[in-house]
Amino acid sequence: MILFDKVNKRYPSGHQAIINLSFELEAGEMAFLTGHSGAGKSTLLKLIMLLERSTSGQLLIDGKNLSRIDRTQIPYYRRNIGVVFQNHQLLFDRNIFDNVALPLFVSGLRPRDVGRRVRAALDKVGLSGKEKMNPIMLSGGEQQRLGIARAVVHKPKILLADEPTGNLDPQLSEEIMGVFNKFCEAGSTVLVASHDLELVSSIAQRLLRLEKGFLVEDKKTV
Amino acid sequence: MIQNRRRNSKSSSSLLSGHDFNNQALINRLQSYFYSHYLAFSSATSRLSSLPFRFLSISLVIAIALSLPAGFYVAAINLQKITNITDNSNTISIFLKTTVTQPQIELLKEKISLEEGVENIRYISSQKGLDEFRIESGFGDVLEMLDENPLPPVFLIEPNRKFQNNTEFIKKLVFKLKKEHLIENIQIDMMWLKRLQAISLIGERLSFMLGAILAFGVLLIISNAVSLSLDSRGEEVVVIKLVGGTDSYVRRPFLYTGFWYGAVGGILSWIFIAIAVYWLSMPVEKLSALYQNSLELEGLGFFGMISLVSIGVGLGLLGAWLAVTRQLSGIESK
Repeated sequence: MILFDKVNKRYPSGHQAIINLSFELEAGEMAFLTGHSGAGKSTLLKLIMLLERSTSGQLLIDGKNLSRIDRTQIPYYRRNIGVVFQNHQLLFDRNIFDNVALPLFVSGLRPRDVGRRVRAALDKVGLSGKEKMNPIMLSGGEQQRLGIARAVVHKPKILLADEPTGNLDPQLSEEIMGVFNKFCEAGSTVLVASHDLELVSSIAQRLLRLEKGFLVEDKKTV
Repeated sequence: MIQNRRRNSKSSSSLLSGHDFNNQALINRLQSYFYSHYLAFSSATSRLSSLPFRFLSISLVIAIALSLPAGFYVAAINLQKITNITDNSNTISIFLKTTVTQPQIELLKEKISLEEGVENIRYISSQKGLDEFRIESGFGDVLEMLDENPLPPVFLIEPNRKFQNNTEFIKKLVFKLKKEHLIENIQIDMMWLKRLQAISLIGERLSFMLGAILAFGVLLIISNAVSLSLDSRGEEVVVIKLVGGTDSYVRRPFLYTGFWYGAVGGILSWIFIAIAVYWLSMPVEKLSALYQNSLELEGLGFFGMISLVSIGVGLGLLGAWLAVTRQLSGIESK
């Protein structure tokens, strides 16, 4: 589903963020991406999101070569991907329902199907019944789960998360990771970037460790 | 045979349902397309109405910028109208010597009216001329102070419609008439007409020039206003792009914002012009009556209003489009 083949990313400033990176993630597989900050985790996710372009190497997502996707096709490509951010990226000028419904409206889903899908997504993350509330009224953990609901409401093939447990206490973090696990079991390909090695090691999944742009470790945790 | 027919009817019905399905898919697509427009429209409208003062003040600035060239245009078409009215009464005034006698006048009138190209000839005696002047000029008191009538008897000649604008012909006619010893002087009411035409042409050009400059101004105003609201919604634009929104999806609500600015600006400017025309029409009609004309001041009219609002809307859409495109090019990695 995700295939990196000798991918390099050099920023215009000269900083080499990803160096000769190769790995493959099968459909339905889940992996953690760890490393210190500045190791290239975020850049790797940005390459998959097409927020950045690789400088060299091949990057295939669901069989599609990303270098062949031009600017006008990017929005349609991104509809196959759900992303969870550390800072949630929620919109506080609208209620919870409208936040979650955004990816559906954007992709032109019929209004009558939107309600059903939004409620299903909120149900999965344990926020059902709060549709009319403003996200600002939610706790940190709830806001993160709302972010996840928005990332999965359009049933993406790939789910990416960038430090999803960054600001959460260990118990909430484990809860969030459990939610990701559930989506993996439901068939999504999940890639979670996290510097919290302790938490990541406690979950039996594949682990990719980056250091200064190099992939230095690719193993299965116990 | 029956089986065959049944099979046929079955296949045709499945074809029909396939057709129905396609139709249904199209209807769904259209439905969601219009729904997204409805959402964009209502979000733009509610945002604007939540800041009514800002919306109105920006629309007013746009209205003022549109009113200036539109006002010049109205002035130019009215000047044009004056020259058109006077075109038809492009008369030649023949001033006779004050010593002419009545029989001489009758004879001369007969002679001139037989000239080629003379459509109509009217005689104004010096007494009648004095009376008209007293009534129309308002200088009656001054005239009382004069011992004798200073005005000569006058023939007013209206040239044939065919020769109306033929300057060469009129010059020839004047040359011929000048040979008459009873005629003191001949005047053609054409110079001032030409001047007026030149002025109205300048007015028209000025209105286009001003229009072009101020249209650019309106474009900047609207694109600035949209940029401002874009800045405060930068996060939303980023999120929409991240979840797979197309550029046109991002642009849509802002295009409606630009639409409202342009449309309301255009309507306000039309109202300004209408008020100005109404306010000026009385004195202008008075003035034109003094010149023996019945000029009714013309406003923009229905077509003018449609054009003005369309220009406003067009500039609004273009300004908003430019603002959002500039913002989007900053977000997306090339």
